[in-house]
Amino acid sequence: MEKHLLHITVNNEYRELYINPKRLLVEVLRDDLALTGTKRGCNTGACGSCTVILNGLPVKSCSVLAMQADGAEVATVEGLAEGGKLSPLQRSFLDHGAFQCGFCTPGMLMSTTTLLKEVKKPTKEQIKEAIHGNLCRCTGYNSIIRAVKAVAEGEYKEKGR
Amino acid sequence: MKKFTVINTPVHNIDGVAKITGRAEYAFDVKLPHMLYGKILRSMYPHAKILKIDTSKALALTGVKAVVTGQDTLGIKQGIWRRYKELCDEEILARSKVRYIGEPIAAVAAVDEDTAEEALDLIEVEYEPLPGAFEPLEAIKEGAPQLHEHAERNINVTRHIEWGDVDEAFRKADHIREDWFRCSSQHHVCMETHNAVASYTPEGRLTVWTSTQSHYYIQVLLSWMLGLKESDVRVISRYTGGGFGSKFEIDSAQFCSSLLSMKLFKPVKIALTREEEFMATKRRTPMFYYLRSGVKKDGTFVAKEARVFTEGGAYTSMGATALYLTGFFQTFPYTWPNYRYDGYRVYTNTTPSSAMRGFGAPQATFTAETQIDLIADDLGLDPIEIRRRNAMYPGYEVPGQATIQSCGLSQCLDKIEEWIKSRGKLPPNQGIGIAAYGFMSGGIFNWFDTPYAFSSAVVQVNYDGKVDLYVGSQDMGQGSNTTMVMICAEELGVRPEDIRIHMGDTDNCPVDLGAWGSRETLMQGNAVKMAAADAKQQIIEFAAARLSPNIVYDLDIKDQWIHLIARPERGLSYFDVVKEAIRGKDGQPIIARGHYTPHRKGMISPAYSFGVQAVEAEVDPETGKITLKNCVTAHDCGQVINPLGVEGQLEGAMAMAAGYGFTEDMPMDEGKILNPNLVDYKILRSTEMPETKVVEVETYEPEGPFGAKEAGEGLTNPTAGALSNAVFHAAGVSIKNLPITPEKVLDALRKKEKKGKKEKE
Repeated sequence: MEKHLLHITVNNEYRELYINPKRLLVEVLRDDLALTGTKRGCNTGACGSCTVILNGLPVKSCSVLAMQADGAEVATVEGLAEGGKLSPLQRSFLDHGAFQCGFCTPGMLMSTTTLLKEVKKPTKEQIKEAIHGNLCRCTGYNSIIRAVKAVAEGEYKEKGR
Repeated sequence: MKKFTVINTPVHNIDGVAKITGRAEYAFDVKLPHMLYGKILRSMYPHAKILKIDTSKALALTGVKAVVTGQDTLGIKQGIWRRYKELCDEEILARSKVRYIGEPIAAVAAVDEDTAEEALDLIEVEYEPLPGAFEPLEAIKEGAPQLHEHAERNINVTRHIEWGDVDEAFRKADHIREDWFRCSSQHHVCMETHNAVASYTPEGRLTVWTSTQSHYYIQVLLSWMLGLKESDVRVISRYTGGGFGSKFEIDSAQFCSSLLSMKLFKPVKIALTREEEFMATKRRTPMFYYLRSGVKKDGTFVAKEARVFTEGGAYTSMGATALYLTGFFQTFPYTWPNYRYDGYRVYTNTTPSSAMRGFGAPQATFTAETQIDLIADDLGLDPIEIRRRNAMYPGYEVPGQATIQSCGLSQCLDKIEEWIKSRGKLPPNQGIGIAAYGFMSGGIFNWFDTPYAFSSAVVQVNYDGKVDLYVGSQDMGQGSNTTMVMICAEELGVRPEDIRIHMGDTDNCPVDLGAWGSRETLMQGNAVKMAAADAKQQIIEFAAARLSPNIVYDLDIKDQWIHLIARPERGLSYFDVVKEAIRGKDGQPIIARGHYTPHRKGMISPAYSFGVQAVEAEVDPETGKITLKNCVTAHDCGQVINPLGVEGQLEGAMAMAAGYGFTEDMPMDEGKILNPNLVDYKILRSTEMPETKVVEVETYEPEGPFGAKEAGEGLTNPTAGALSNAVFHAAGVSIKNLPITPEKVLDALRKKEKKGKKEKE
């Protein structure tokens, strides 16, 4: 199949690459750009492990063709910590034990990072709603909800490590 | 000085930063140069003879590098119960007969997944379909289709447990109750599906990156199946994306990728799809449960009889353990003086059932706790009171089976009673159900037939005082890496950040049997503590000359400070002493070893956790819908090591157990799973979680490191029973058939209404 040129900005870095147009965004991120922080749990859009932020919105990257992201800005879990400094949400995840096996965690972080950008002080219900599409088999979600709530309430304003 | 400087403080998960930044490399993420991709052809039939397999068309497809079938294997029937030949019955690549839908028949390696997938369609398999046996109660009948030549009436394993004089005791009971229950299946649904990258090189060494709960088991089983020496197989598993019991047996991804790599001398990766994961990995054992219980009028337990028929699926797997443990835990956590259990594991043409978090105990606890509330209701007794009257206590002996050392059950009952009282009178259609439970802290029985200690550890202290800790335990998310670092830090007298853990690699780590049966904290923990204590002693020897204690036992290290125990202010820096010590030892780092194997601790486990859970639920009488409101658990795990870890384990177990109780099931039609995807198979979502509260009840377990015992699996035991009791108290109907769906509740409510009307007439 003829390859297409994909123009994409991932974690603020502009990239151009030739790809098979059949390929999914999750495949290009993981295989071509070696961004394996984005996981793949079902490949059918049901588990949310592959959630990335596409032009400001959380999307399941297994349900998007890479070419649909042509010209777009994508943020993945690898871009959350800047200059070695963890984001407030990442620090809160650590403090609240909001992950165990860690496989759903990148997706959880991307969904909740978007939520906190959109809603200044989300309620518990809004947090639950934001991660409704992200399955977690380890934590039972409540520690994740507590972690997001703590950031929303301003507990992580000061600069951390 | 404080008793502990590290234990019982909330320590961040030591793998946390790698996990939240996306840096953690799971086997699923491994990509090697020249790597090929594999796919597995699986049986479409639940029961059939394989007459012929033609792979020529698949091999001819451009991009296909190799195809393997059962004919390329050594034809070994393997099983994880290695000690018992008759329980080794699974070839992994079937040679002449398939026994469940999804059983592997052939595997392809190709340049990419799409090509491998395409090649599967080109493999021609000629089958002779056979009639199947699907339900255990049918499959056990005379004349039912037989799966294995050696197993008449499809009986795979039987188990008998008995103590006291059951028949005599029943004669003395004031009240006897009989009930039948059906416990459904459940899938582990690890977010990382089973996968492996195998790389065989001309030196004759096989390296396998995989997602597992026990790299040691996979090393041993792979070497057996492939005819290699154990040491020529290296298994690497740094991060595991969930296990829950599904990842300590050898799986088709590991075996097929190894076979293909050995043929091609190239790395081969196989990752199961979510559908394959449901169809063809193991699952929780479905059980038909008959219970007959006799009690005194005041609720004193007198005698119990249990008979269990389990749907084994096509192969033994870990089923023999589940069958024994469900019988053992059926009496937990109570002092039944007379008990008889007969369990039958029956082969069926379905996906093999095996280990899953709780390992037979959730089924036992659901049935037992549901029946106890029915008995309490029959006799007009309070659910807490009947449990308190019969509760296990420290020093209790389960006849011929186990001795309970630490036991905080009565304190747990007190805490839950307090909470229930604090709820006051509930609105209509709401109810609180409770369930009490116990669980093991690792198993004693050596069915795997390992010649090694069950757990080992090595501690190396370097010139800068930093410590390398080598363990064989596997962290699949439960946090054992952090636990081991904390135990090492506490015992050695340093801080968690001084320690680097090395795990998940059979080439570099000592043997541990792996993360299952809630064994790591106690068993690997004891080995780590022993190694750290030895290292500490070696360091103290060098400090003794300068601190001149009366005897060397007067010295200790805490928080990087070597000191006289009686006068803690008199001491030396740990770092300074380590430097001198290493120079003094001809420049050798300080190295110490530790190991642990339980012995003379009964039949099951060296220690048991206990707890009581209360579930508050609302039942909509119009729709039968159940809404979870609150879930409060009082848990005794001995001395808490990491409160952050324990809380996570308990909340997570509860979510999984609630799924077992009311949303998760694997319905089948003639062996075909009808919901092999995450839309139709419903694990709990964030919006369905109730408020959760964990009350720690601390005891001291003499067998555990610093008094600790399990906190990982026990909590999957009570929820289904507590939920069924909550529904009973909310709506007046008892559902004995898991999962407790709205349909079943509605059906029971209608029946109850009809019965009420008839009685009025």
